[in-house]
Amino acid sequence: MTKVLLQGGTLVDATGIRSGLDVLIDNSEIVEIAPNISPPRGARLIDCDGCMISPGLVDLHTHLREPGNEEAETIESGTRAAVAGGYTAVVCMPNTEPPIDNATAVRDILAMSKDALCAVIPAGTITVGREGERLSPMVEMNACGVRLFTDDGRGVQSASVMRRALEYASALGATIAQHCEMEDLAANTVMNEGYLSSVMGVQGAPNCAEELMLERDLELAALCGARIHFMHLSTHGSVELVRRAKLAGMQVTAEVTPHHISLTDDMLSEYNPIYKVNPPLRTRKDITALIRALSDGTIDAIATDHAPHVRESKELPLDQAPPGMIGLETALAVAITVLKDNSGEVGTGRKDASENGRSGNNRSGRTYSTKSNSVKSEYGNSGSAGGGRANNSYSEHLTIDPSVLQYSMNMVDIIAAMSWKPAAIAGLDVASGGRHGGPIVPGAPANLTVFDPSADWRVDAPRLLSKSGNSPFDGLSLTGKVRHTIYEGEPVYLDGRATK
Amino acid sequence: MAERERRLATPRGGVFVPRSQVMSADDVDRALVRIAHEIIEHNKGSDNLALIGLQTGGVQIALKLRDVISEIGDAEIPVGTLDVAFYRDDIQLRPVLPEAVTTIPFDLTNMAVVLVDDVLFTGRTVRAALQALSDFGRARSIQLAVLVDRGHRELPIRPDYVGKNLPTRLTEQVDANLEGVTIGDVIKGRP
Amino acid sequence: MSLLQNALVSIGDLDNDDIGHIMKLSAIFSEVLRRDIPKVPTLRGKTMAMVFSEDSTRTRTSFEIAAKKLSMDILSLNSSQSSMKKGESLKDTLANLHAIGADGFVIRHSSSGVPTQASTWMTVPVINAGDGCHEHPTQALLDCYTLIERFDTPSNHTTDNAILNCFNGMTVTIVGDVEHSRVARSLVIMLDMLGAKTTLCGPRTLMPRHVDKWPVRVSYHLDEVLPETQVCYILRLQNERGSGTYLPSIREYAMNWGIDSKRASLLPETAVIMHPGPINRGVELAGEIADSSRSLILNQASNGVAVRMAVIYLLLANPGDITEV
Ligand SMILES: [Zn+2]
Repeated sequence: MTKVLLQGGTLVDATGIRSGLDVLIDNSEIVEIAPNISPPRGARLIDCDGCMISPGLVDLHTHLREPGNEEAETIESGTRAAVAGGYTAVVCMPNTEPPIDNATAVRDILAMSKDALCAVIPAGTITVGREGERLSPMVEMNACGVRLFTDDGRGVQSASVMRRALEYASALGATIAQHCEMEDLAANTVMNEGYLSSVMGVQGAPNCAEELMLERDLELAALCGARIHFMHLSTHGSVELVRRAKLAGMQVTAEVTPHHISLTDDMLSEYNPIYKVNPPLRTRKDITALIRALSDGTIDAIATDHAPHVRESKELPLDQAPPGMIGLETALAVAITVLKDNSGEVGTGRKDASENGRSGNNRSGRTYSTKSNSVKSEYGNSGSAGGGRANNSYSEHLTIDPSVLQYSMNMVDIIAAMSWKPAAIAGLDVASGGRHGGPIVPGAPANLTVFDPSADWRVDAPRLLSKSGNSPFDGLSLTGKVRHTIYEGEPVYLDGRATK
Repeated sequence: MAERERRLATPRGGVFVPRSQVMSADDVDRALVRIAHEIIEHNKGSDNLALIGLQTGGVQIALKLRDVISEIGDAEIPVGTLDVAFYRDDIQLRPVLPEAVTTIPFDLTNMAVVLVDDVLFTGRTVRAALQALSDFGRARSIQLAVLVDRGHRELPIRPDYVGKNLPTRLTEQVDANLEGVTIGDVIKGRP
Repeated sequence: MSLLQNALVSIGDLDNDDIGHIMKLSAIFSEVLRRDIPKVPTLRGKTMAMVFSEDSTRTRTSFEIAAKKLSMDILSLNSSQSSMKKGESLKDTLANLHAIGADGFVIRHSSSGVPTQASTWMTVPVINAGDGCHEHPTQALLDCYTLIERFDTPSNHTTDNAILNCFNGMTVTIVGDVEHSRVARSLVIMLDMLGAKTTLCGPRTLMPRHVDKWPVRVSYHLDEVLPETQVCYILRLQNERGSGTYLPSIREYAMNWGIDSKRASLLPETAVIMHPGPINRGVELAGEIADSSRSLILNQASNGVAVRMAVIYLLLANPGDITEV
């Protein structure tokens, strides 16, 4: 393998921000960090001017769909999407067909992803067939490297099964990750329960369908003294429960998706199944609480819940279409667009920043464009009806509720939620013997992400590398673009192209 | 939804700007008296005679003709109104006006029906009217009376009674009613 | 708005002027329907696709007759003969019909939102003939027409939309299974637009959640609201949508929410009874009340064709911009 030299750029890792440094990589390891390293003979030079270089991103929640639904995504296409989004490791969900509920299935995934563009770490199911009844053979899966167990797509409905799962996993040092959803309350729902769902005549899922299970599982985890991870929190009530548990010293971690911190249930007003997801898009109040929780550390990680679906399945009636949206390639941009504070921290290290006026933070406020969501707004607006339906212009800009501004985050905290914190939850961090998320220092594994934090770009779903195009951000402008991804010393994604 | 129709409802989607008056109210009056005489003469009296005014411009003229004929012939003749919008082959050009109703309060069988319109132009309105009338019944004969024939026929239709033959350019617009006949232009653009 | 969208999927697509215009057009088509030959050649050569994923003989027939009276051809697609249930892209199915020659779509679907989706996919007009628990806008329009027939006093017509004056302050009580009712959702929007005062009444389990944000009053005591009700609009108890599990028993429902002679006698003398049909006689409405002189139920049924002709005409007869003759 040839040497790779990252030139220019600003390093961002758990130790903070350092600018004006080049990074020399040799054979999957970082070998030197210094200003203006003179390029070794034959080294591959990568221009990182104006960009930030961070430890590779780690996704706790990716649906790669293989085996079983290769039409929507494969390990190959999914990992291409991952590296395009700056990820060097993804934890793939076990709700494949058949599910990853035994050691053979785990070994198959590992074998299939041996030559993938990034690390693929399977999660195993909690129960056999994700049926919520018998515990999966966690010991044998754990022996193959599985550290996270989840029935994702479903929550474990039975409290006694959940209790045993927590007990069993804790003895292995593994973590149970719960998709919180009381099926009794949430069955057949297509969106958030609220005014909009009532007017649209569709079944909505109340917040408590998530919170009741989360609360139950906190009690169970406390009872067992077990670690527990909560996936894709979506409600302000869930945030409060997790916050209290952390204050009480419990070993609890939580993740939130990019879409749950950026989109509201208004997006569903034209019944477009692209915006159908589970848990559903909620309200501004929930978004505000989720962002606040990210900024104060109550929520540890941003995880994509990348859930590809073929085009046909998203062109069905809303109640028949499957829930889920893709997210690997937009996650960092959404996080930066929504969360990044603009109060001029460290510059981006662009050499000519002052000259061309692009000193990093010339964006006009923390806004991102979205489609109009005026559907049914005439309701209760006596006499002034008309123009009820959304116009499809993209010109409107939805500003995140100003109250969120106080919770904006610096770049180190944003990358923390996308790299070393999820790496620790998945047991992929250096402390756990893994190769992801660690500080950028000589001798560290060369899993790195290079991104331009101030580049504006428009999402064009058909051009994303995922095999499926069900992105809720299609057509929207976002800020922050991944330029290059280095996996084990190899540039697997360079200037907008996956190298394999 | 209705907005689109309302927009289309202005004459030919523009504003009528009058240029010159070619018939005064008195001229119109005299022309209609002459037509009334011709109708009575042609039909040998006013028995089994009926008038049908075409919405919207022909209705006023039909009512006036009815008055004149009643006076001359000393007999009441029935009058109907007909909106042909649903029968047009160029429906988009003249939307349905809710005010323009169809009422034919008599049986057409064995009647001599005189269709009455303000201006005869392409002939398409009359064609539509003939089709519409055939849905209402089988008249003994159908004749056509118009206040103004401005030429430019696109169909083989010829009036039986004409108030005035008025050569026009295709782009001109003719406004004809009981107050007089005016030639003008339509300025494009929506009000 | 709707004229650009080319669709009637929600009654909220219309404004008061639109509704007034549709009412006047409906009167004209009523006249057409009374002719010896009750058919006009207006839309000959155009084809209406009828996409019905749900059995509904009445609505379907009404729309078919309306289209045929305008001389349209009909292209029918039943759920049984279509791929609509096999998980094939609905968009593809509709695009196919369009390619075959459909100039417009009338869509009835058991899932809320399908006509809305179709209107975002299709460039040709889409008319919602009832979607899931969402809306049934032509039902609301024909109810509007029926109420005008009964309550309008034409002498007051001083302004353009005077035909809608009778709704000002009209007290309408909608009784029953609001949660599952697309008719109620369309009515509530329309009555609010027209200035009527709407009360929803029924068991709480059949009221939509968040109904407090709707422009209505909600009451759980039917006998209290009936004396101040001018229009008593009774909804069908939709057992097929599982409202049975929302109630202890049909019997308990009939006893507490059904309109029988005794309850009907609480209504003012001039009050009318309406029902979108089909009626569960003896459940939500006693047979003798349905057949009584204060019932407008037959008028509702007979007005459907003229109102639907008006809607079809408005959406299909105007191809947009006109050119000089
Ligand atoms: Zn999940």
